[in-house]
Amino acid sequence: MTNWTDIGALEDIPERGARVVKTHIGCVAVFRTIDNEVFAIDDACPHKGGPLSEGIVHGRSVTCPLHNMVLRLDTGLAQGADTGAVNTYPIRVEGGRILLDTAKLRRAQVA
Amino acid sequence: MTKNLVVIGAGMASGRMLEHLFDTQPGAWNVTLFNAEPRGNYNRLMLSPVLSGDKTYAEIVTHDTDWYEGHGVTCRFGEKVERIDRAARIVHGENGPVPYDRLVIATGSNPFMIPLPGHDLPGVIPYRDLEDTERMMGLGAKPGAKAIVIGGGLLGLEAAAGMAARGVDVTVIHVMGHLMERQLDEAAGYLLKKALEAKGITVLTSANSKEIMGTDGHVSGLLLDDGTELPCDLLVMAVGIRPNVALAKEAGLAVGRGIHVDDAMITSDEHILALGECVEHQGAIFGLVAPLYDQAKVAADTLGDTPAIFTPKEVATKLKVTGCDLFSAGDFAEGDGRDDIVFRDPARGIYKRLVLEGERLIGAVMYGDTADGAWFHGLIKDKTDVSDMRDTLIFGPAFQGGAQSDPLAAVAALPADAEICGCNGVCKSTIVDAIKGGATSLTDVRAQTKASASCGTCTGLVEQVMALSLGDAFEVQTVKPMCPCTPLTHMDVRRLIKSRGLKSMAAVMQECGWETSCGCASCRPALNYYLLCDWPGEYQDDDQSRFVNERMHSNIQKDGTYSVVPRMWGGITSAAELRAIADAADKYNVQTVKVTGGQRIDLLGVKKQDLPDIWADLNAAGMVSGQAYAKGLRTVKTCVGTDHCRFGTQDSTGLGIRMEKALWGSWTPAKVKMAVSGCPRNCSESTCKDVGVICVDSGYVLHIGGAAGLHIQGTVVMCTVKTEDEVLEYTAAVLQLYREEAAYLERMYKWLDNVGLDHIVARVVTDADSRKALADRFYYAQQFMQQDPWAERTKPAFRNLWQPLADLTLEAAE
Ligand SMILES: Cc1cc2nc3c(=O)[nH]c(=O)nc-3n(C[C@H](O)[C@H](O)[C@H](O)COP(=O)(O)OP(=O)(O)OC[C@H]3O[C@@H](n4cnc5c(N)ncnc54)[C@H](O)[C@@H]3O)c2cc1C
Ligand code: SF4
Ligand code: FES
Repeated sequence: MTNWTDIGALEDIPERGARVVKTHIGCVAVFRTIDNEVFAIDDACPHKGGPLSEGIVHGRSVTCPLHNMVLRLDTGLAQGADTGAVNTYPIRVEGGRILLDTAKLRRAQVA
Repeated sequence: MTKNLVVIGAGMASGRMLEHLFDTQPGAWNVTLFNAEPRGNYNRLMLSPVLSGDKTYAEIVTHDTDWYEGHGVTCRFGEKVERIDRAARIVHGENGPVPYDRLVIATGSNPFMIPLPGHDLPGVIPYRDLEDTERMMGLGAKPGAKAIVIGGGLLGLEAAAGMAARGVDVTVIHVMGHLMERQLDEAAGYLLKKALEAKGITVLTSANSKEIMGTDGHVSGLLLDDGTELPCDLLVMAVGIRPNVALAKEAGLAVGRGIHVDDAMITSDEHILALGECVEHQGAIFGLVAPLYDQAKVAADTLGDTPAIFTPKEVATKLKVTGCDLFSAGDFAEGDGRDDIVFRDPARGIYKRLVLEGERLIGAVMYGDTADGAWFHGLIKDKTDVSDMRDTLIFGPAFQGGAQSDPLAAVAALPADAEICGCNGVCKSTIVDAIKGGATSLTDVRAQTKASASCGTCTGLVEQVMALSLGDAFEVQTVKPMCPCTPLTHMDVRRLIKSRGLKSMAAVMQECGWETSCGCASCRPALNYYLLCDWPGEYQDDDQSRFVNERMHSNIQKDGTYSVVPRMWGGITSAAELRAIADAADKYNVQTVKVTGGQRIDLLGVKKQDLPDIWADLNAAGMVSGQAYAKGLRTVKTCVGTDHCRFGTQDSTGLGIRMEKALWGSWTPAKVKMAVSGCPRNCSESTCKDVGVICVDSGYVLHIGGAAGLHIQGTVVMCTVKTEDEVLEYTAAVLQLYREEAAYLERMYKWLDNVGLDHIVARVVTDADSRKALADRFYYAQQFMQQDPWAERTKPAFRNLWQPLADLTLEAAE
């Protein structure tokens, strides 16, 4: 099942920035890259739970604000020497609106 | 028997279809062609060369009267179709009905007009047809005419360049951070902006239009969100197009964003075809001609009952503005399993970026040298396996075949007159000669030949030439690059920002040859600081390039909550302030209230979404942000001095307050702490601060370069001065010198170690002119810096950013 839910406008997220969406499985961080792509991942770093939505976004990656772990936004995988992963969630932009597939929110497992 | 074919719209798509039709099925159709424009088919793309004066309208006509007559087309130009009667298969034009066996809808698209107040004033036009073009051309005849173009995409820029070529004073307003963001990345957008500005066009990016102003019933200017008013005689809106579906929709055809068509270009009614910009095919709509020409061929085949299938292809974009060589094709977003190859030649203003996925090239952006565009586009379209030529791919087709895998061998193979340093025109033999003449280090070579002395991007090449000439005797200097995005050091970058006048992050990344497209978490905050420091009032602070504490104006704690610290000038507070702090602590459930080492109060454990409210409350009680998170002035710690202490020699408290009020708000490479002690007993620990003042009977001893963190470092004495005013001038001067010279994140004591006390004394103490100039620069920048971040961020526009984007927990859980 897919359940695309409108969570806001693309403009609501700063370029190279993020906002969070509260869900019953916890906060999901929604990122917007310089190329206006949108990604959704857990808002908790696999290292010590740092809020990834507050990190610096570069290319398709985010650097955790607490201890600088770098995570890919598209795969959720830690980069470089670090290991670890966060869940990613299906998300897309249609006519300037951001749609999150809320049906996947509860089934998601760490890949 | 000939059948009746009616075509609505004599545009580029239907024109091409008719050509195919008459080629493959001569005499099969009796064609009636409607066109709302009072003319037949012309090459719409070429309106821009007509606008700029490079072509005339006659040169861009595709089908003239003879052509239509020769093919027996009944032309109903200047006549709009009003209605389609599908049941009776009749099209109703303004001047009467026509029956059809097959109907083709090719109505193109309508320019989108932003419904700003005043958008319907005379003088506000789109850019779509010959009439619009003629309006713009007419402006060129009027001396001193001004035009505004809203929209920095392909069309808007062609309009702007065309009018500028006719002597019109043009300003482009673009809402995004860089031009043509759909086709270009930031670096290419920056080069494009530079080239347009060189043509005299003013380009405002990140600019929001608010209202179109009119005088005497005609457009007279544009008002921006930030209050800027720009006068104009003509305003062109080029912000996008919408498929023109009105007729089809009214006739009851399946319509989404465009008219739905299948792979054979047939609509939901089998007698009706549609093609061009008015259609939607598998969810996609179109804005460039290449795919429309494919559609035209498919539609002609379908009419002749030959099975044909339309498959969308990668399209490439070129901007038709003389002097702006630009090309983009495919998908150039970064991604997993995707690899970027970036090539920059700052001296010649060239930028190329290729995006690879696995063995395939999937996207290309080029600026400055687009000669290889067609070749790259071919590789993308054909999905060619490029793994064999990967290393040299970016150098284009000419380079394939004799690839050099060993870089040193490649340099060895260069002829003696090969240019190594583009900025200073230094060739290989000049460097080799310098080495033969005794130069053994990069510094020597730079000093003697100027190679790599300007932009520095050729440093690697110069070192390779040295390694070849000197053999083992040469050790590549281990200067630490700023980050993996660049081989340049912090100091190289700072020098270039100044000397080349680089005023934006995109400018720095392009001119210094960054190897990534938008930097990383270590270079972006540094660049943001350097630009802010070097171009006060010009460079716009970039929140997204700041670490969380500075972006949130609070310190993030390990549980994701924040701490809030209001300023207490010189460590002095009052009953009223304490009461407001206590109230805030209650109201926002502050977990911990802590007195800090910097003589103020820290409220710990505030939730992110409460930040704007608690700030507003503290603001209301007269307090501002203590910037306890900032790489900037933290506190000025004081003792009670002559006010209360029997040892006090000067008013240490009053001086501390004066200093804090003068110096707060400034950004520095790393945090700065200060203190003022009333006598050498040093109760406020001045000798382990970045700047410490110790009062003595005869005046004030100024200390610098202390720290008490990971490293404990005592201060050194810079000088002794007589008055409080002097303390302020000297402190501002030394702070400014530090701001201008240190690397990002370098504490003052480290900088002191690097440059030496003598250098600082020479600039700040001995040379009064230099000191005054430094202090002046510091205070000039302060007018932009001294704004309470709390007060700004409690404004409604900002507040939202602290709230969740959406709250889905409120939805009924099934
Ligand atoms: C200035 C400019 C520069 C461009 N540059 C490029 C470029 O460099 N590269 C590129 O690939 N593309 C470019 N384009 C886009 C390209 O021109 C369009 O993609 C193409 O013209 C679309 O063709 P079309 O046949 O679908 O529509 P059009 O060419 O717009 O033709 C549609 C016709 O239908 C008529 N019509 C609409 N409704 C009715 C009705 N009810 N009754 C009768 N007639 C009607 C209209 O008057 C119009 O003449 C440019 C466009 C413009 C305006
Ligand atoms: S530093 Fe001197 S003046 Fe200040 S409180 Fe201590 S003893 Fe008194
Ligand atoms: S919590 Fe993210 S790196 Fe430590």
